[in-house]
Amino acid sequence: MRMSLLAPEFRVIRDEEKCIQCEVCVRQCAFEVHSYDLEEGKVASDDSRCVGCHRCATLCPTQALTIIRYPQEFRRNANWPEQVIKDIFKQSETGGVLLSGMGSDKDYPIYWDHLLLDASQVTNPSIDPLREPMELRTFLGRKPDRLKIETKKGKPRLKTEIAPQLKVEVPILFSAMSYGAISYNVSLALAQAARTMNTFCNTGEGGLHRDLYRFGGNTIVQVASGRFGVHPDYLNAAAAIEIKIGQGAKPGIGGHLPGEKVSQSISETRMIPEGTDALSPAPHHDIYSIEDLSQLIYALKEATCYKKPIMVKIAAVHNSSAIASGMVRAGADIIALDGFRGGTGAAPTRIRDNVGIPIELALAAVDSRLRAEGIRNQASIIAGGGIRNSSDVVKAIALGADAVYIGTAALIAVGCHMCQKCYTGKCNWGIATQDPYLVKRINPDIATERLVNLLRAWSLEIKEMLGGMGINAIESLRGNRLRLRGIDLTETELKLLEVKPAGESL
Amino acid sequence: MKKIYVKEEYCMGCRLCEIHCLVAHSKSKKIIKAYKEEFPRVLPRLIVEEKGPISFALQCRHCEEAPCIEACLTGAMGRDKKSGAVTCDEDRCVGCWMCIMVCPFGVILRDEREKKVATKCDLCPDEDIPVCVAKCPNEALVYEEE
Repeated sequence: MRMSLLAPEFRVIRDEEKCIQCEVCVRQCAFEVHSYDLEEGKVASDDSRCVGCHRCATLCPTQALTIIRYPQEFRRNANWPEQVIKDIFKQSETGGVLLSGMGSDKDYPIYWDHLLLDASQVTNPSIDPLREPMELRTFLGRKPDRLKIETKKGKPRLKTEIAPQLKVEVPILFSAMSYGAISYNVSLALAQAARTMNTFCNTGEGGLHRDLYRFGGNTIVQVASGRFGVHPDYLNAAAAIEIKIGQGAKPGIGGHLPGEKVSQSISETRMIPEGTDALSPAPHHDIYSIEDLSQLIYALKEATCYKKPIMVKIAAVHNSSAIASGMVRAGADIIALDGFRGGTGAAPTRIRDNVGIPIELALAAVDSRLRAEGIRNQASIIAGGGIRNSSDVVKAIALGADAVYIGTAALIAVGCHMCQKCYTGKCNWGIATQDPYLVKRINPDIATERLVNLLRAWSLEIKEMLGGMGINAIESLRGNRLRLRGIDLTETELKLLEVKPAGESL
Repeated sequence: MKKIYVKEEYCMGCRLCEIHCLVAHSKSKKIIKAYKEEFPRVLPRLIVEEKGPISFALQCRHCEEAPCIEACLTGAMGRDKKSGAVTCDEDRCVGCWMCIMVCPFGVILRDEREKKVATKCDLCPDEDIPVCVAKCPNEALVYEEE
């Protein structure tokens, strides 16, 4: 075999004084880093195979393992940094498109970290959420332009018909992750957690497994370009239907679930033959204009008797605000915006790292545009793609979102260590894999509890932040950019975000 | 009585139960010492069955009508009155292996480090929860009433 020019990415350090040769690491690594040498009676490690997922180090009963970055240094070169050289090595060895899992890891500005929240002092009292009720309940869907109220026998009655709404008790939804990209056990955990916390999970484009129909009331089903698993029961089982136009991690790119992952159960759920590649085209072949989109939206509304909100999800791109305006006019009840740091099971690395715009800018632009056009009430906005913690959620809502989608954060909660090797199907944490040996590593009961804990913790923190601002309902913060200040941002960025710089008062 | 049950759909075959069982029955009860200094090493008192992706840990089922107690020549195999666990009094055991012959689960092991004795799961009498259950990283082992 020809030699590879690629140096390992990680080094496995085994503390021989602590290692008891129990072989837990050997059994846990699907990448076959560790092996037991019968003659020597010792476990050895092959650095070149390590992906840095920490599965072995986490399960090692004596903490004998430490994984560090491989210390090999290239000569410093600002023009040709290590990653650039390694990518060229890799492509010259494989001749293929570079693939990555999860969201972009590039060092682009994170605007959340340049936004500061306000708090009340003296003139407007803050609220203690431990003593006073705080409301995070949010209704997602089309709101009427005005309310007509009639009085009958001296009692007021609402005359306006309200469009179908999604009611969430915490403004955080689990974003689209398909059965196929993630394992059944993770899908089940997301559904169970969504039910417990009165929020929603999203099937992604992989269809809804028949055992998960019972969670339909807490499930958003997706209709994507591949139309996998779409049939009347699927649409009617869900609380809402999302038309997926694009994904933040790979705007303009379709999806590809390799045939090896299409097991019998996935083939039944996706309604495709077993073992065949599941290819999602880049565009919907029946949508080439806003009018076409409108046709699909109304086809889905017809199919579900106008009882469910229809969502349209797009990737955050340069022209998002104009597209969003078209989407609302086409009949979308909820707009989902996915920023360029959003995750994925597999994306071409160059697309993932170079296409799209940050969610913060897209969200601000879309909210401003819809308000300027007087149609903001006609659709709710869900922002996703780079929401990492509760303060990001609060800032997103102040920037104009009604709720947020979390995907990566949810996977981290169930064990993901962000090694970005989802596309290999060898996820050692049992998340992004269909290998029956690896899938068992997620116990859905534990995973559900961890997801519920995460949402509970974030909602407590959100309440604290709201209380500090003297607000007792999250509705009062939505689009209230006066409660935000920008720090370390250029004038253009402040203008785009419509946020005042820190230090400037009202 | 409380027994150990396995949810084999979540057993990932890591064998940490086996490792911690060994440590719990070692002299020092310290993992590194038990493995590196105490020789001959004590045996884990459970076995992990594995075939393809299916695996599970198996320990003594502490049968209500235990064939091993009936078969025991010396009365070493008996029932702990308080916990109901089937235990082996190693002082009385003569290593005839009759218990091993009659055990329908194959969970009694031969300890031939010194005097030949039968060794088996004792449900960790000094712990609230048997260590294999407490240390299972995926909660594939549970300790509950029948």
